[in-house]
Amino acid sequence: MGTRASICIIATSMWSFFHKLGSPPWLYKISGSILRWLLPITVVALAVGLAWGLLFTAPDFRQGNSYRIIYIHVPAAIVALAAYYIMALAGAVSLIWKMKMADIAMKACAPIGASFTFLALVTGAIWGKPTWGTWWVWDARITSMLVLLFLYLGVVALYEAFDNKEAASKACAVLALVGTVNIPIIYKSVDWWYSLHQPASIKMTGGSSIDSSMLYPLFWMIASVYALFACCMMLSMRVEILKSEGKTGWVKRLATESNS
Amino acid sequence: MYFDSFSSALQMGGHGGFVWSAYLITVLVICCLVILPMRKEKQILRQLEGALKRQNRDKS
Repeated sequence: MGTRASICIIATSMWSFFHKLGSPPWLYKISGSILRWLLPITVVALAVGLAWGLLFTAPDFRQGNSYRIIYIHVPAAIVALAAYYIMALAGAVSLIWKMKMADIAMKACAPIGASFTFLALVTGAIWGKPTWGTWWVWDARITSMLVLLFLYLGVVALYEAFDNKEAASKACAVLALVGTVNIPIIYKSVDWWYSLHQPASIKMTGGSSIDSSMLYPLFWMIASVYALFACCMMLSMRVEILKSEGKTGWVKRLATESNS
Repeated sequence: MYFDSFSSALQMGGHGGFVWSAYLITVLVICCLVILPMRKEKQILRQLEGALKRQNRDKS
């Protein structure tokens, strides 16, 4: 009896949470109060992590100092992939339940994901020059990451291509969902096609092949870039909420209150 | 600090140009990602306020 009651309570509280997630004023308010402390913490954490990786770790015994790019390359690539899950999930929710805030999350996620993918590709190219002797190679990992960039940019462009916003979000959601095929290819590319890009150094099971003095700043940066992604999502969702809710009473009140 | 002088931190044994440019691009992209939406938000609210003021003036 007790378990059934608690399941009921959990189900209703989850339902009310989803209900709130769909409410623009609530989302706007809660993101504002989260950002007030999360954004400064994230900026400080990023500054600490960047300085740590850039100046305070020892160089790699084989690659020398060029390896320091790992502290931005790997976190950017990880978050670029995580952002795609979020975008595809938001697309699915918006497609199935026609939830407006999911649509806004998908729209906000695309340029942010594109930025992180761009960073992963550019820092990878810069790292490749001193390490492999070339800026670019049509390696499976690199090519599939380039496809990821085009998928993000495709969602951005598709949104702009439609005048009818409902049709736009439907088309973008379908593109995002179809593009999910690319994600396991990116993960597995280094094992399936062994070429220049090295396989993963950090493993969930078994030992990682990085020394802990390099692993701690790397984990620090991964956490910081995840936090950065959360901040960016909230910041651009707030803009999209204001854009789409401009004619409602609560946004009008906000506009008159915020500047007076 | 690993490096013993400012110039050795800049040069990084010949890799300085690669490493520093990668970090610089990252910082630039992060700044854009954070600052642009914050400015946009303020701009939208300011525009809305202006439009509302104009509406009220026309009414009265």
